[in-house]
Amino acid sequence: MVQLTVREALRDAMAEEMRADPDVFLMGEEVAEYQGAYKVSQGLLDEFGAGRVIDTPITEAGFAGIGVGAAMGGLKPIVEFMTFNFAMQAMDHLINSAAKTLYMSGGLVPVPVVFRGPNGAAARVAAQHSQCYASWFAHVPGWRVVAPYSAGDAKGLLKAAIRDPNPVVFLENELLYGQSFEVPADGEHLVPIGKAAVARTGSDVTVAAFSIMAEVIDLRSLRPLDGEAVLASVEKTNRLVTVEEGWPFAGIGAEIAALVMENAFDMLDAPVGRVSGADVPMPYAANLEAAALPGAADIANAVRRVCYRG
Amino acid sequence: MKTTTYKVAEQLDKATLVDFYRQMALLRVFEERAAEQYMLGKIRGFLHLYIGQEAVAVGAIHALGRDDYVTTHYRDHGHALARGLSVNAVMAELFGKATGCSKGMGGSMHLFDASLNFAGGYAIVAGHLPLSTGMGFAFNYLNDNRLVATFFGDGALNEGEAHEVLNMSALWNLPVVFICENNLYGMGIPLSQSMSNTQLHKMAESYGIASAQVDGMDVLAVREAAETAVQHVRSGNGPYFLEARTYRFRGHSMADPVLYRSKDEEAEYRKLDPIAQYGEWLLSSKMATQKKLDAISAEVEKQVEESIAFAEESPFPSPEDLYRNVYAQLP
Repeated sequence: MVQLTVREALRDAMAEEMRADPDVFLMGEEVAEYQGAYKVSQGLLDEFGAGRVIDTPITEAGFAGIGVGAAMGGLKPIVEFMTFNFAMQAMDHLINSAAKTLYMSGGLVPVPVVFRGPNGAAARVAAQHSQCYASWFAHVPGWRVVAPYSAGDAKGLLKAAIRDPNPVVFLENELLYGQSFEVPADGEHLVPIGKAAVARTGSDVTVAAFSIMAEVIDLRSLRPLDGEAVLASVEKTNRLVTVEEGWPFAGIGAEIAALVMENAFDMLDAPVGRVSGADVPMPYAANLEAAALPGAADIANAVRRVCYRG
Repeated sequence: MKTTTYKVAEQLDKATLVDFYRQMALLRVFEERAAEQYMLGKIRGFLHLYIGQEAVAVGAIHALGRDDYVTTHYRDHGHALARGLSVNAVMAELFGKATGCSKGMGGSMHLFDASLNFAGGYAIVAGHLPLSTGMGFAFNYLNDNRLVATFFGDGALNEGEAHEVLNMSALWNLPVVFICENNLYGMGIPLSQSMSNTQLHKMAESYGIASAQVDGMDVLAVREAAETAVQHVRSGNGPYFLEARTYRFRGHSMADPVLYRSKDEEAEYRKLDPIAQYGEWLLSSKMATQKKLDAISAEVEKQVEESIAFAEESPFPSPEDLYRNVYAQLP
């Protein structure tokens, strides 16, 4: 085991996969000369050269489409969005080109591309730089959507994503980039897409979350969502709280609540509690931003509510 | 046809030259019969006919190699057939049958054939331009001398992403042949009402891309212009932009009552029918007799008739196919 920051773990995942497979390359704004807007790609230009670590102009729709086309042409692109807020410029290619092409072509044309970058709130960057896109991307069939928390999961899932023949949306979090965790030193550390991790066992309540410190179940993948892990836990605890940073309406928590209601209705001793970000564009003022995001107190309150303890 | 001598007519043999007529005739008959099948309810959704534009697909695609990629827009039946997709497979796809080239999953706008490197029609205007540029990127990366030819309409040049990739293809010297089929209308809007610069190939020049304009109703002129484009790109000189001026004789799609242009204008353009003028050229250059041309017409009629029977008799996809090919499996 070694201590790595999430940023280093992501970089190592990309470097290892690029060493192993010459068809893997990285493309995005400031990934090369600037060493990455958030320094995730630091050192990659030096090791792999400008042919494989490519700075693009500010042209998201164009380079997202180019990434998909390069995958259709036989390569394994990693397309970095400086943040997923900017990926909205590229939405048509993400969904209409990447996610749907295999199906529309009757299985003829796979699209093995990874779209990665920071998602969700950062700090004081206001409404247009703070949205969580987990629910939007998880809504679409045809690709994988992954949201790791720890550095070990970031590394293992990014390697798995790069090797996956399907398009993968890889949701990182800027506030986590500098956090350190123990990571297996083994270069073949892979985390399977679609499997949650039970971070802490308990008996009274299940808390299911992603991209934040989940006390009980760290979902890690949103599509496919490890419903079995959640149901197995609810069978044991009979109570569930979902936690997400994004907006509540039609969010990930809404999906999990429906899943549990459909499959484990008789197991529930209380309605599912959902903890989410406030249903507003992200404000700038420090106190309001803090109020707009879920914190430990919100989760604790929700847990108490579903346990009928005030 | 103009009384120009065509360099390409000297380079290609008679059989090939006569085959251009067959290909265009096939495209024409296919579209006419597809329109009938649409009216009979056998084909549903959107159907965008290529009638009038046949010379562009046939002339340009002939200039490509087998390993080159072809992508196109939603008016894609002509390109698919010119590239060599089976007539049966295309008609069956329009009928939504399991024997269709995309297994009935794509329909008219999403024809694919991996073995012929035909990477699809595309339903989002200009959407395939970045995809094609990405394929060109892959070919450069792999250093393998392939190129991609991408067909799109005049309307596509108003989408931001078209400009994004004109810039990037020039910046990164990518092997892309951009073929703009300028049929003078973006759906119902005439060129002059949507474009500040109606000389579309000049737009490409502003990105430093070599470009030309060609008479898209003249299959030999298109073939020659495409040859220039392909040589330019294959020699490592970066992208090329070919604007082919053409005209669609029918509406934008089957749903279009064509109220935005005059019957007189349509009549004027019908005089330039690419198939009729090429037939005359073949006759006057003694490449073919009228009997030969009639035989070709009969042959392609029969081929399309058989494809309709094939499509009719083919099964629909099975219920299990609904969930097939959402995801690729690791090999």
